[in-house]
Amino acid sequence: MNRFDYARPATLAEAVTAGALPNAAYLASGTNLMDLMKGGVARPSLLVDIGRLPGLDRIELLEDGGARIGAMVRNADLAYHPAFARRFPAVAEALLSGASAQLRNAATTGGNLLQRTRCAYFYDTASACNKRDPGAGCDAVGGENRLHAILGFSAQCIATHPSDFCVPLTALDAVVELLGPQGPREVKLEDFHLLPGSTPERETVLEPGELITAVRLPAAAADFAAHARYVKIRERTSYAFAVVSAAACLRLQGGVVTQARIALGSVALKPWRARAAEAALCGQRADAAAFRQAAETALQDASPSGDNAFKIELARRVVVRALSLAASGTPARLPALPASAFSGEVAHA
Amino acid sequence: MSLAITLTINGAQQAIALDDPRITLLDLLRERLDLTGTKKGCDRGQCGACTILVDGRRINSCLALALSHDGADILTIEGVAQGDRLHPVQAAFIAQDGFQCGFCTPGQIMSAIGLIREGQAGDDPERVREAMSGNICRCGAYIGITEAVLEAQRAMMGTAERDAA
Repeated sequence: MNRFDYARPATLAEAVTAGALPNAAYLASGTNLMDLMKGGVARPSLLVDIGRLPGLDRIELLEDGGARIGAMVRNADLAYHPAFARRFPAVAEALLSGASAQLRNAATTGGNLLQRTRCAYFYDTASACNKRDPGAGCDAVGGENRLHAILGFSAQCIATHPSDFCVPLTALDAVVELLGPQGPREVKLEDFHLLPGSTPERETVLEPGELITAVRLPAAAADFAAHARYVKIRERTSYAFAVVSAAACLRLQGGVVTQARIALGSVALKPWRARAAEAALCGQRADAAAFRQAAETALQDASPSGDNAFKIELARRVVVRALSLAASGTPARLPALPASAFSGEVAHA
Repeated sequence: MSLAITLTINGAQQAIALDDPRITLLDLLRERLDLTGTKKGCDRGQCGACTILVDGRRINSCLALALSHDGADILTIEGVAQGDRLHPVQAAFIAQDGFQCGFCTPGQIMSAIGLIREGQAGDDPERVREAMSGNICRCGAYIGITEAVLEAQRAMMGTAERDAA
């Protein structure tokens, strides 16, 4: 790990001033950043510790039915907040399907959005990576790439964003609250992460010094609470990143879909909202044929970036399963294995 | 910039002068404070051998910067027994053969104590396994570990009920 200076500002204003200094990085809990620094992948010269900033650790259930989640709220505290989990069960399920209990006790809301890709070539400083070293090339192209992107990738980068949490948040129209040297602003989570294009080193819309202060869920997101699920296919039952995941949230009336929200995870360098599939489902009977058609629509632009063509059909099936489970109704208690295909649940349709 | 911090470790408050900002809680415990019960396995948050409780919550100490935990209350494996009286989780690991080589065991025990405090798993072995998945055991003592967590939880709940009566 490189040497660095350490600052622990007491106010948000001091934090964004320090965070705008050259080669500064914000430190929340460090579950990803410490790992990257130990591997020499991240080499900040100043760590700005935001852990003691006032007001960032609050979960606010808003009177209109929405919620505001402070950037320092720990994953476990959010997932186990009973009233939050009742309003947004797919978000709780996604959180509890991620990482391990120890990591969820530390990892934060803002940090989850800003976690880096798990592409092995990004982590290996001996490999070429355009994201880590712009212009160096991409060893994932033509390398071990069975887990890489099937949507939105470019010749310069085929990595994926690994978050579970961001997938239902994107489906539910979450908004990211930012504070920077120029003041506060808001960005839809759907627009927060950038596709790689020719600048894979630029991962989000954050400007220098800008800090995530909160993530907000709109009131309408709670309308899906009765039919909201997250499904995640992993290469082992627990404590693994997704090969493919999907969040599905439905509103049903007499067996007919009146509103649908679908997003996919680990298929692209950002959580992938499937708006065309949502539109196709509206007005349809909630049955297997409609779900399969929605899944076809969700993946209509997908193509392999390497040895990962299997992920396209896998993603379709994960969408179908998530929709089927959502249609069956959110369970009163999350299954012992959240988001797992091996939970023993029987899906509707 | 001051690199002086204060930690309460196993009940004793200590003033600590750090000579390097890069020190993790794990390295502080093992290399500076001679508390080597907490193990360094992967050092990257993947194996759970370094699990400790910070302010009552289990975390991976290898990914925790010591500086950012100024003021924290830390419990390590050295602090769980009362003299010669084992913690119920320690006793259950022995009774249920919850280990073989023992390297991962301090982390397993600290994780199990954290799990029981969280109170989310109940008596469901599947939920216990899921909640213990951040602790890897190369010897594959998982069946005994699950039994030990369940037994310790029963014992601690029984004690709590007796204390309440």
